[in-house]
Amino acid sequence: MREDKRKKAQKLSKAEKRSLLRKNIKRDRYLLLMILPVIVYFIIFCYLPMTGLVMSFQKFVPGQGFMGLYTGDFVGLKWFRQFFESPYFFRLIRNTFLLSFYSLIFGFPIPILFALCITQIKTKKIQRGAQIITYLPYFISTVVVVGMITNFLSPSNGIINQMLQFFGHEPINFMGEKQYFRAIYVISGSWQTFGFNSIIFVASIMGISPELYEAMKVDGGNKLQTIWHLVLPSIKPTIILLLIMSLGNLLNVGFEKVYLLYNSGIYETADVISTYVYRQGIESQNYSYATAVGLFNSLIGFVIVFAANRLSRKMTDTSVW
Amino acid sequence: MKAKKTFCKEFRNESASDKVFDLVVYVLVLFAVLITIYPFIYVTSVSLSSGAAVNKGLVKFLPVDLDFAAYKMVMQYNELWRAYGNTILYTVFGTLMNIIFTCLAAYPLSRKQFFLRKKLNFFLAFTMYFSGGLIPTYMVVTGIGLYNSRLAMILPVLVSAYNVMICRSAFEAISEELFENAALEGANDFIILTRIAVPLIKPTLAVLTLYYAVARYNDFFSGLLYLGKEKLQPLQLFLRRILLMASTEIMQSAGGGMAQDAVAQSTLQIRYVCIVLATIPIIMICPFIQKYLVKGTMLGAVKG
Repeated sequence: MREDKRKKAQKLSKAEKRSLLRKNIKRDRYLLLMILPVIVYFIIFCYLPMTGLVMSFQKFVPGQGFMGLYTGDFVGLKWFRQFFESPYFFRLIRNTFLLSFYSLIFGFPIPILFALCITQIKTKKIQRGAQIITYLPYFISTVVVVGMITNFLSPSNGIINQMLQFFGHEPINFMGEKQYFRAIYVISGSWQTFGFNSIIFVASIMGISPELYEAMKVDGGNKLQTIWHLVLPSIKPTIILLLIMSLGNLLNVGFEKVYLLYNSGIYETADVISTYVYRQGIESQNYSYATAVGLFNSLIGFVIVFAANRLSRKMTDTSVW
Repeated sequence: MKAKKTFCKEFRNESASDKVFDLVVYVLVLFAVLITIYPFIYVTSVSLSSGAAVNKGLVKFLPVDLDFAAYKMVMQYNELWRAYGNTILYTVFGTLMNIIFTCLAAYPLSRKQFFLRKKLNFFLAFTMYFSGGLIPTYMVVTGIGLYNSRLAMILPVLVSAYNVMICRSAFEAISEELFENAALEGANDFIILTRIAVPLIKPTLAVLTLYYAVARYNDFFSGLLYLGKEKLQPLQLFLRRILLMASTEIMQSAGGGMAQDAVAQSTLQIRYVCIVLATIPIIMICPFIQKYLVKGTMLGAVKG
């Protein structure tokens, strides 16, 4: 079938193709007109920057504005080599990886546990109320969340240190010491997202047929057994799919939160690739070098997403594309 | 009340192990709710207490010596209101543009007969997985003259490919007959989109509006990159100055003859007032989020 079609397509002469195209354009002219501004948007703000990636193989000359993206001298892999050889390379990869890895390990099970609990509550009003409240932090801006964190942890008047002092402990400068950064980042991240991330598990638990619950009851299973033998197996595909999808984001640590949370005293544990790119590029104006580091990051990210998707297709028959 | 009664009855009839189980569940949920809401209650209470009470560390849960002094002080900050006004402008106008252009992209991509459908789908989806990155994007946006322009808060984030995909699935779920009938009666695609398709996917558009509006309201990055002029900056950048930087400015306006401790304390209160003021709009939309959200996230999960 397909073979036939292809042959037919090849047989069309150039003139025929052109007339077919003209016919299509005429038929779909309104659709084309609609999507045209969107295409322009994606070309300017997504694809044009992609072509600007050539900058990472060039020596950027400032002062030419926009065309500076393309006019530098070719320097090959110089910037990449500089990055690999820099003392920060290992530190950045490690910090980026560990922050998202700990977030995953610590942050992934909590929404599942919360969803299991909240679906056990039979009083609808309490259930709804608890859900609304726990979604809230997800929609609060990063600036406000970080503002609360730093003020709560402040050594002089933060509530956490007031508590520590109440128990006779010396105040701790949490934001100034590098060993606390990862815990602060991961715990606050979990606090922000657990309610929102539970939604999909709640929906999937709600989707279990009531007949199955009845059957469990007839068999004399108690609630804990029901969870273990019925609910968990039913939501297993959802869990696996989401786990694999979050694996795909393993080298994607958001810029904003780290940028607002860290300070130069704790770069050792806090500096990640995206913040390094920002400092090198926007603050120090090493445009070419920063572009190269960014490109390296997105290439690795792309490979990871691709691998995660392959894994997902193999294990769950679901894939993102 | 009735619900409570039946609940009690059910609880009494349960076996011992189920009673323990229920207890654990309720305690865990209560814990989750408290841990989520306590920071907000604490911040609000501190902002509403008297400076002396805050200074002595008396505020733990509810306000002590109700006092609006910190609010009165903040109300005089013209800078805050200007930033707030900017954010409202960016949020309202930005969200409107987001929704319009998302529909304009999603509708053609949902039409099966559209001859560029597959190619354009790929064209959009590709941007979800690969981008030029920070520096080239920055150079393009500043290169076309958007630095220190209000449009920098709107144009670079005009459409999200991910949201287009969600919107497209919603259009695809509409019965094909409706479109055919409308076309037979001579309606062109613009009329079909605005009169038939958009009204039918209102729930999805509500979710997308929420997502976009929250994103525009919370947008910090665009302002940080493209708006150097304080006059144009949105609320989030103002908040950063107040909340995270050693704000000598606050000290000065609150200072006068106050002791060092008292100044630090009222700085804290002023910060918390700003958090409260910035969070109120988000808290107000949260109940609406609940209404549409489950549907919205499911949409996103089923079809990428």
